[in-house]
Amino acid sequence: MAEVEETLKRIQSHKGVIGTMVVNAEGIPIRTTLDNSTTVQYAGLLHQLTMKAKGTVRDIDPQNDLTFLRIRSKKHEIMVAPDKEYLLIVIQNPCE
Amino acid sequence: MFSASSKTPHKQPRKQSISIGRGTRKKDEDSGTEVGEGTDEWAQSKATVRPPDQLELTDAELKEEFTRILTANNPHAPQNIVRYNFKEGTYKLIGFVNQLAVHYTQVGNLIPKDSDEGRRQHYRDELVADSQESAKVVISETENLEEDEDPKELETEPGSQTVVPAAGAAEKVTEEELMTPKQPKERKLTNQFNFSERASQTFNNPLRDRECQMEPPPRTNFSATANQWEIYDAYVEELEKQEKTKEKEKAKTPVAKKTGKMAMRKLTSLESQTDDITKVSQAAKIVERMVNQNTYDDVAQDFKYYEDAADEYRDQEGTLLPLWKFQNDKAKRLSVTALCWNPKYRDLFAVGYGSYDFMKQSRGMLLLYSMKNPSFPEYMFSSNSGIMCLDIHVDHPYLVAVGHYDGNVAIYNLKKPHSQPSFLSSAKSGKHTDPVWQVKWQKDDMDQNLNFFSVSSDGRIVSWTLVKSELVHIDVIKLKVEGSTTEVPEGLQLHTVGCGTAFDFHKEIDYLFLVGTEEGKIYKCSKSYSSQFLDTYDAHNMAVDAVSWNPYHTKVFMSCSSDWTVKIWDHTINLSTLHHCRTPMFIYDLNSAVGDVAWAPYSSTVFTAVTTDGKAHVFDLAINKYEAICNQPVVAKKKNKITHVQFNPIHPIIIVGDDRGHIICLKLSPNLRKMPKEKKGQEVQKGPAVEIAKLDKLLNLVREVKTKT
Repeated sequence: MAEVEETLKRIQSHKGVIGTMVVNAEGIPIRTTLDNSTTVQYAGLLHQLTMKAKGTVRDIDPQNDLTFLRIRSKKHEIMVAPDKEYLLIVIQNPCE
Repeated sequence: MFSASSKTPHKQPRKQSISIGRGTRKKDEDSGTEVGEGTDEWAQSKATVRPPDQLELTDAELKEEFTRILTANNPHAPQNIVRYNFKEGTYKLIGFVNQLAVHYTQVGNLIPKDSDEGRRQHYRDELVADSQESAKVVISETENLEEDEDPKELETEPGSQTVVPAAGAAEKVTEEELMTPKQPKERKLTNQFNFSERASQTFNNPLRDRECQMEPPPRTNFSATANQWEIYDAYVEELEKQEKTKEKEKAKTPVAKKTGKMAMRKLTSLESQTDDITKVSQAAKIVERMVNQNTYDDVAQDFKYYEDAADEYRDQEGTLLPLWKFQNDKAKRLSVTALCWNPKYRDLFAVGYGSYDFMKQSRGMLLLYSMKNPSFPEYMFSSNSGIMCLDIHVDHPYLVAVGHYDGNVAIYNLKKPHSQPSFLSSAKSGKHTDPVWQVKWQKDDMDQNLNFFSVSSDGRIVSWTLVKSELVHIDVIKLKVEGSTTEVPEGLQLHTVGCGTAFDFHKEIDYLFLVGTEEGKIYKCSKSYSSQFLDTYDAHNMAVDAVSWNPYHTKVFMSCSSDWTVKIWDHTINLSTLHHCRTPMFIYDLNSAVGDVAWAPYSSTVFTAVTTDGKAHVFDLAINKYEAICNQPVVAKKKNKITHVQFNPIHPIIIVGDDRGHIICLKLSPNLRKMPKEKKGQEVQKGPAVEIAKLDKLLNLVREVKTKT
């Protein structure tokens, strides 16, 4: 457990990382470093998007699965790592 | 008699017609005459009896005649019934009136014996009696015969009761009766017609409606579309379940296994009870790499695509492009003592931390870094004693053999999460008494046991074998310095031990290996002879820091030393000449103590050496056999001493470690990995044969020079 905590801490303290959050299967954030409203918005929207992306990948080949989703925007990069039950979302500003 | 009967018959009339009287209708007489006579006779016999209240009458009174006429008219019948006659249109008196009056009726239950029905009934009774009596009959026939007489008499009475009224001759009937059943008492005949129908109406419960309204049960709308992959998942899950149940069934039989599994289960359940966040460990790892990839994007791009364009104008020289720097706070004060790339995962390398300073020995660390995450090591192990050397097994890339400063050797298993070594030697199990300078995995022995060699400055070269859970040691060779047995005044002979500092095993000849010592000598040894050396080279004036066989050319090896030199040898040459005349093929003086040398994996003529003044030297003998084609300071600060260098097995990069715990990854510029030029019309030759030829060509030049001198 401590190992994961440490990893999350390292990620958060990494250069350019704006926030990290862990979202459960229902799209409810269970851990975040951002403020409440932003977290809820990110969690809700990214959960849907990830599920859609996962569905797309698996529709094409049921044996395949989504392992990572990166969204590069003008301002940020949003990284979504879906695990069995949770989503780990990290928002980073790569140009910093 | 009949006068009385005219009013109301006292006696039960046998037939309806009798009540009317004999004289009135002739129709009735034929049946009634006999009966009437019968009754007269019967009545006369009893006339003597007088009732007590009979009037005493005088003769005159008795002779007085009263005339009474019996008419057939019903006195109650209406006399004046009129009916409307439609024919005549008037009411008319109806003269004919029904004079019949019924005073009493009774339905009889008597059946004439002769009638069909009587016979049937008789027959039925007989059957019943037979079935009842049959047992008795069988028991004693004689009794029956005696009894037969009694029932005859008895029967006459009941028989007369029933039969006499029907027929006048009672005696005749009794005679007939004798023929009929032996049953003493005739069962009373049931009245077939006399049954009453009874009906009663029960009280009807009034109908009542009762209603109540409950809370509606919770409802949810469920709708889903089954995707192909959802179906696939369901099948996979089902298959897993089936396999699990199979395993369970298998596990049920052996008891010992069961307990083991139980323990495992407990462990897993404990793990699952901990924080949910553990489940994202894998995701967190990936994200961490991604975050690093973003920040070190330029470095990654350089690593993959950057080729120094200036090389084209530089003729021969090349440069080293620094890429990632690896450092960790926990290993800050320690120096890099060993580097080793993982043979399977080409982005992963192991770093051993310790100290070369005799006065500043402290702890040690083993870190494994991935180029994908330069900011934090993938694995981390710490030890009490400094690590001096390490090696990763080729076939089991998760096993790391480590040699410690205190003389112990250990094996770390990367699959096991805890930071303790899986195997550790001890004083009992033959650990070295001095620092272990090098360890090297060997091919599995005949029993398929893993084994590795270690060399230490206590002069022993030890083979360690992993047998089950133990490290078993065998001393292969004890190094002795030849000719240095000092004569002690007391006459004792003391052998000065040779202090091994480095060794390397021949790539093809399994038993052959080289050992470098602190005295600067290099011994060619065989695993089979423990007492003597195959050859001895007076290679250096100071301690040999590394020896290394050429990866292509099996005859060539290289050594480096703190005496500032790197030397390249051919181990087959000069065998015929005198012992001390073995000379190297090439000698390079680098103006500083050489910490480490390494052959390039892609060319037989390229190698690199690092010196304590912070410089890396890259040689390509095919291009320039006199000096390095790259000579570049690679550490941040001048005072940092470079200790080790390693080539990546596939990528054109090297890693360099210094005594401050930093590791720098450097990319070789195109000039440093120049391949033979393509000639038009010729295929580019590649492969080990070409590489061997390339180096041979150079060696021949040197040999020619030597033979001339």
